[in-house]
Formats: sequence, C-alpha cells, structure tokens
Amino acid sequence: MNRRETLKALFLASASTGIIATTGCSTSVNPNYRGKRVTWTSLDSTYSYGRTAVEKAHDQDLLQQSYFSEHELVTIATLCDIILPNEDPNGGALDAGVPDFVEFIVKEREIFKIPLRGGVMWLDNHSIEHYGANFINIAESQRLEICDQIAYPEVENTQLQPGIRFFSLMRDLTMTGYYTSELGFNDLGYQGNNPNTWDGVPASVLKRHGKQYDDEWLSKCVDQSRREIIAEWDDEMNLIT
Amino acid sequence: MAQDSYDVIIVGSGAGGGMATYQLANAGLKVALIEAGDFYDPAADEQRTQLRFPWESPRRGASTRRRPFGDFNACIGGWELDDEPFTTTEGTEFMWWRARMLGGRTNHWGRISLRFGPLDFKRQDSDGLGHNWPISYEDIKPYYDKVDKLIGVFGSNEGLYNDPDGFFLPAPKPRLHELYYIDGARKLGIPVIPARKSILTKRINNQRGVCFYCNQCDRACSVHADFSSSTSLIFPALNGGKVDLYTNSMVTEVTTDDTGKATGVLFINKKDRSLNNLLAKTVVLAASACSSARILLNSTSAQHPQGLGNSSGHVGRYLHDSTGASRAAFIPDLMDRDIYNEDGVGGMHVYTPWWLENANLDFPRGYHLEIGGGMRMPSYGFGFAVNQYNEFLGKKVGGYGKQLRDDIRRFFGARLSIACRGESIAQYDNYCELDPTMLDEWGMPVLRFNYNWTKNEIAQAKHMQETMEALLEASGGIPLGDRPGEDENFGLTKPGEIIHEVGTTRMGAESQTSVTNEFCQLHDASNVFIADAGPFVSQADKNPTWTILALAWRTSDYIVEQMNKRNI
Ligand SMILES: Cc1cc2nc3c(=O)[nH]c(=O)nc-3n(C[C@H](O)[C@H](O)[C@H](O)COP(=O)(O)OP(=O)(O)OC[C@H]3O[C@@H](n4cnc5c(N)ncnc54)[C@H](O)[C@@H]3O)c2cc1C
Ligand code: SF4
Repeated sequence: MNRRETLKALFLASASTGIIATTGCSTSVNPNYRGKRVTWTSLDSTYSYGRTAVEKAHDQDLLQQSYFSEHELVTIATLCDIILPNEDPNGGALDAGVPDFVEFIVKEREIFKIPLRGGVMWLDNHSIEHYGANFINIAESQRLEICDQIAYPEVENTQLQPGIRFFSLMRDLTMTGYYTSELGFNDLGYQGNNPNTWDGVPASVLKRHGKQYDDEWLSKCVDQSRREIIAEWDDEMNLIT
Repeated sequence: MAQDSYDVIIVGSGAGGGMATYQLANAGLKVALIEAGDFYDPAADEQRTQLRFPWESPRRGASTRRRPFGDFNACIGGWELDDEPFTTTEGTEFMWWRARMLGGRTNHWGRISLRFGPLDFKRQDSDGLGHNWPISYEDIKPYYDKVDKLIGVFGSNEGLYNDPDGFFLPAPKPRLHELYYIDGARKLGIPVIPARKSILTKRINNQRGVCFYCNQCDRACSVHADFSSSTSLIFPALNGGKVDLYTNSMVTEVTTDDTGKATGVLFINKKDRSLNNLLAKTVVLAASACSSARILLNSTSAQHPQGLGNSSGHVGRYLHDSTGASRAAFIPDLMDRDIYNEDGVGGMHVYTPWWLENANLDFPRGYHLEIGGGMRMPSYGFGFAVNQYNEFLGKKVGGYGKQLRDDIRRFFGARLSIACRGESIAQYDNYCELDPTMLDEWGMPVLRFNYNWTKNEIAQAKHMQETMEALLEASGGIPLGDRPGEDENFGLTKPGEIIHEVGTTRMGAESQTSVTNEFCQLHDASNVFIADAGPFVSQADKNPTWTILALAWRTSDYIVEQMNKRNI
C-alpha cells in the first residue's frame, strides 16, 4: 500500500470499527469519522469541467504528490472534526472530505504550507507541555480545553498567538471545504445553480424587509410570460412585443 | 510557402474581430479569421463550466495562475501566459490580461454594454485635456442601434443625455440587496437605473437561447444567451461558408509590398511550430489594443522602418485603462435571510451612471458605479472569517462547533459591495513598445509597458471612496475595513487592472499625431484596418466593448465600400 492508501485504510478501519486505530507510528484517528468521503485521489473519467490538457496534467501532478505526513493529516482531520462535527442530517467536515481538500489546496498554495505544518507542531508542543502527549493522543476534553484557548482571535495572550492564527486558518479551510461540498450546500440551504426564471424578490420577503418595487421601475422589467416572443421595436426605441 | 489568397484576413476573434468577421463574410467577402487560441464553445460539454458545482473541482473553485478569476471562469489565459510574457519599464506598473481562445475576452467579460455619449467624443472641448475624437456620437449612433438589435442588450430608456437610450430588452427585477442600494442612493439624491447588459432576457432570434438566470455569465453560457463573439457572431458567420477559421495560429507580422501596402500576414502554427504566410487584399487587426500594436511594431520593412503604421511614432502611445476602486459593507438588516434562489443574471441588475457632469470637482471626467451582493453560490473562500461581523454585534468572533453553522447562515447574503469604473486622461507617455531584449516562445519580441497614473486619477479615486462610503451607509451598511488613504492612492486600481486597454493606435485627422483615420484605416497603409479598442481617442466613464463593436461594424461597412470602389 502506498502512503495515501494506508491513510485511507486507517480512516476506513476506524470508521467501520468505531475505535481508535493506531499504526506503527502511533497515530490515531478521530473515532467520529464515518466514511462517506468525497475523495480526490486521482483523476477519473468523471473529472470533466472544461479543463485544458495542461490543467489536467497539473492537477494529476498535484494529486500524486503528498505534502502532509500521516500524523499531520490525522491531526488536521481531528481539528476539522472539532470545528464542524458531524450533525444530522448533513454530517460534518469529515463526511464532506475536508481533510482531502485541505491536503490538495495546500499542495497548490505555497502560502499555506509552513503555517499549517508549523501549526501542527505548535499544537503538539503545546499539548505535550500541558497534557504530556501529542494533540491527537490526549483526551477529548483536553483537546477542547486547548481549542477554547486558541479559537478566539481577540484573545490578547501573546504566547498563544501562533496557535490562534493556526486555528483561524484551520477554521477558514474547514468552513470553506464543508460549505463547498454537497452536504454543506444542503446545510446552508443554498437554492441556486439551476435553470429558473427570476421574477423578483418573493412578496413575503419584500414585506419582511419593508421594501417594494415601484411601478415605474417595474415597467422597465421583463414580463416573464413574454420572454419567448422575439423582440421587436418601433423606431422610437420602444419594445413592442 | 504562400497558400490561398483571401479578400480579408482578420487577426483575433474577440469583440472586434468577431464583428468584422460577421459583417465582411455577410457582405460576400472571402475571409480568413486567425486566432492564437483554441476553438471554444461553452455548449460543448467537455468545455462547459456553467452549472458545475464547486465540489466538481478539487480546489472547490479556487483561482489558479491559469484561472485567476476562479477555477470555473471561462477564460483560457489570464494575467500571465506561459508562452507570451511581457515586461514593464523600471518603476512603472501595468497588468495585462489576455484571453487566448476563440471569442477572446468576450467569453467571460462582464457584459456591461454601455454606449459612449455625445460628450465622450469631445471631452477636450469641455475640460481642455486630452484630445477630441474625429467623429461624434451622431456618426456612431446608427451602429450602436444596429448592435443593440443584432446582439441584444437589456436596459431602460432614461433620456439621459450622455448615457444615451437604445433598443433595449427589458431588465431583470432588482434583487433584495439592490433594493437596499436603490433606497440608499435615492436618499442621497444619486441616480440609480437598471443595468445595461448584453444578456437575452427575451428572445431575439431562433438561434440563441434565452437567459435562465444562473448568474454565471463569467463561465460563458451554454445556450448562448449572453454575448460572446464566438457564439453570437463567429458561429453564424462560419455557417455561411465564407470564413476559414485558423485556430492556434499566432500572427507575428503583417507583410507588405514595395509600395508599402499589406499583402497578408505571417503566422506560427502553434501545434507544429511552422511559419506560414497567408495572402489577402486587406488585413484587419483585432488582436486587442496592445496585441495589435505589437504586431504593427513587429512589421518592419524598408517602407515602414519603425513598424507598420508607425511613421508618426504613435503606435503603442496613449495606452489607457479605466480607473477603479471598490468597497463593501455589512448590512445588518440582511442578516438571517429567508433563503431562495437569488442568482439572477451574471452580475448586477442595477447601476449608477455618472451624475456630476458640470459639478465643480477637483478632478476631470467621471465614473460609474457597479453594485454587487446577494446569496451567491458558495465557492472557495466562502466561510472564511465566517463570523467577523460579530464584531459589530458585540459578540465573540471565532469559535468552533455547531455555532458556526448558525453564523454562516446568519450572514449569508448580508453584504453589499460597490465598484467604481472611471475615465482616465490618455497620456502620450503611457505606452507599450517592443522590448528589444526579450522574445516570447514564438520568436516574437514581447511588449514592454510604461504606465503611470497622474494626480487626476488619484483625485478621482478619493472622490470614489467618499461616494462609496456615503452610499453604503445610506443603504444601511457598515463599511468594512478602513477607507484607503493617500498613501494607498485612495485604493486606485493598478494600470491595466480594469482590463479596458484602449488607445494604442488612436484615430485622428492628422497623420503626425494619430495612427488611423476615423474609419480605423492606417494612415500609412490603406488596406490595413484596426477593429479593436486601439483607435479609441479617449475611454469615457463607460466600459469599452459596445463601442468596439459599433466601430468594427462601421469600419467593415467602409471596407466593403472601398473595395467596391476599388480603392483598396
Ligand atoms: C473579466 C473581464 C470583465 C470585463 N467586463 C467588461 C464589461 O462588463 N464591459 C465591457 O465593455 N468590457 C468588459 N471587459 C473588456 C472586454 O472583454 C474587452 O473590451 C473586449 O473583449 C475587447 O475585444 P477585442 O476584440 O479588442 O479583444 P479580445 O476580446 O481580447 O480578443 C482578442 C483576440 O485576439 C487574439 N490574438 C491576440 N494576439 C494574436 C495574434 N498575434 N495572432 C492571432 N490572434 C491573436 C486573442 O487570442 C483573442 O482571442 C471585460 C474583460 C474582462 C477580462
Ligand atoms: S445568467 Fe443567463 S445569460 Fe448568463 S450564463 Fe446564466 S443563463 Fe446564460
């Protein structure tokens, strides 16, 4: 098995047994992981959204590289799960494949590399100092104690600043990863990206916001029942169809 | 080496090249259209990015060097091209956006389609700066009228003198954040009217579809309901059988004979890297203002030692771009919204044209305002700083867990943004030229830019910032971030950043101070024409493309007439 497959097996094992799995390098996986991941391990036939050959080659190249060690990736997955834990009915960050997304975007964007690698290191050092083990090997309650210290940017404790910055970056990536997944779309309730006929803000919404369309403006707007009738104008620039 | 002979060779398939191709082929001429990029049709599933979901992209729609405006944006090209670099002179800046594909930049442009007004052609008369165009609004009006009807543009007739009426399709109704903006603008006595965009809110023919409101015109429309040069002009022209399309073909030179007239072009076939010569009676350059200037400057001969059309030394001079600045606000009244499909058309439904003509201001010319916001489809970046607006509500920023789900919903669509686009004064000292020290991958010297804003543009940006802040506040918003000050040029965009390159082959009555005549015909070679924004004398506080299209049509009519008279 290559590295990625090992990691995947590790996740899957924990998913099926529900217990913390360990590997030779004493890494553990978050017990809450549930499978159902969107994974991007290589480009398959479903990969088609208007890519040029050069872009496909670039993506393939990135997908074949690894940046994070297993330990780092499991730590990141653990944080993702704390930031957006599974919740009915739309799952959480792990269900939406956020760690995979983080790994991919970090490979493409150099600016994330050091802050995330250094952040994991900082987190482990902090955890060892205060609780005697790496972040993923301490009790869940202890993990949350650490998060409570670093999850709020306005905290002025200078010693914690590196951790705070790391956590903010992890929160950004976790939120964006989840809310750009299908589960996230459902969770948000986003309604668009499909063919429709926009005919203005719903009346109840207008009312709630105390807004209205005035008649003069409406007279310039499209009558959706006539949209299929071919446009014609008189010589005075008036639309007559 | 020489193969076929054509009536006309057209170089570049963007707005200007598409219009010239359509008109000249319809007039019965045999046309070769030469395009440096690949074939492109957004209706082809393997090229379609429209209606894709973010999770179809491994980077969830994030931008890349090859897709600077996001992974689903239709442009093949961007700020940097692997094969065609460019340089700037020391201490100056220019950002140069290029598309290399059939249809050029019209595949992903904003579709904001504004006529220039009567004042815009004669600005020197009002403020003494820059120069007048040799033509007036009346000369070009019939072409604007025809462009409206052929291509389709929604908008409204408002009777504004310098923002002329047109043959408009009906406008889409404003979205909720736009109603907030309308109320805010009216409070301040600033006009606001329906946007003007080349998107078909109503059918105009049986070939192109009608908009189905996906908000993704920047991804190009699979039913061809927005204007792209390829889908709306070139495909119909190709169907007529008079056009040979050469893609992946990069023109490096216009060839000329002993009398100095053009005989055709040289181009590199990018697939096999071969050099080819194509012959024609007439050559139309429409490679975009800067690229056409580059081809002219590279076409040196005994008759044209400084480059074709450059006896005046003006090719590349007077390059100018629009000014720009932007600001956004959090609108507390738009928190906790009812969620419905608010996509609408790509971009804004309402805008503010320049309203301070004749006001006593400390800068010349004006600008218009473009409005943004809404419950748009999440893409990479959505959810960053998820609850930063808590700062304004006296609540904690940050955290983790379930609360973040509530926050993201609470603030979804609670934002209003404004972008200003203004007119700069064209300067002789802002130019592009061939860089004598650097070649591109095709053996052609690259362009070197020299561009500086003047105090006028900076003063205009200051005014933009004041206006935007007042409007955002009047609309019920809390402006975000600090208003940029003098040390940041008041947030003025970099030269080139607004992607309205114009002026490099400007038109004029005198051949010593201009490159073409009023019909975009080179003073120095009667059978060479320019059909992009190179001939613009000034850029107006409008976006350029509707004027490129109207001028290209006018130029095409002139070419046909001159050919019939056997003058060329
Ligand atoms: C994101 C974006 C938004 C915009 N929004 C608006 C808007 O809302 N309103 C507006 O009016 N304008 C807008 N513009 C500007 C608009 O796209 C341009 O004004 C317009 O496309 C210019 O048309 P053109 O024919 O001059 O050049 P282009 O559209 O750039 O086409 C030039 C073509 O020539 C080809 N070419 C270049 N060099 C060579 C060569 N040596 N040999 C062969 N072919 C060559 C290129 O590959 C390209 O296809 C926008 C642009 C961008 C990028
Ligand atoms: S908004 Fe309308 S015109 Fe634009 S891409 Fe979508 S369907 Fe096409």
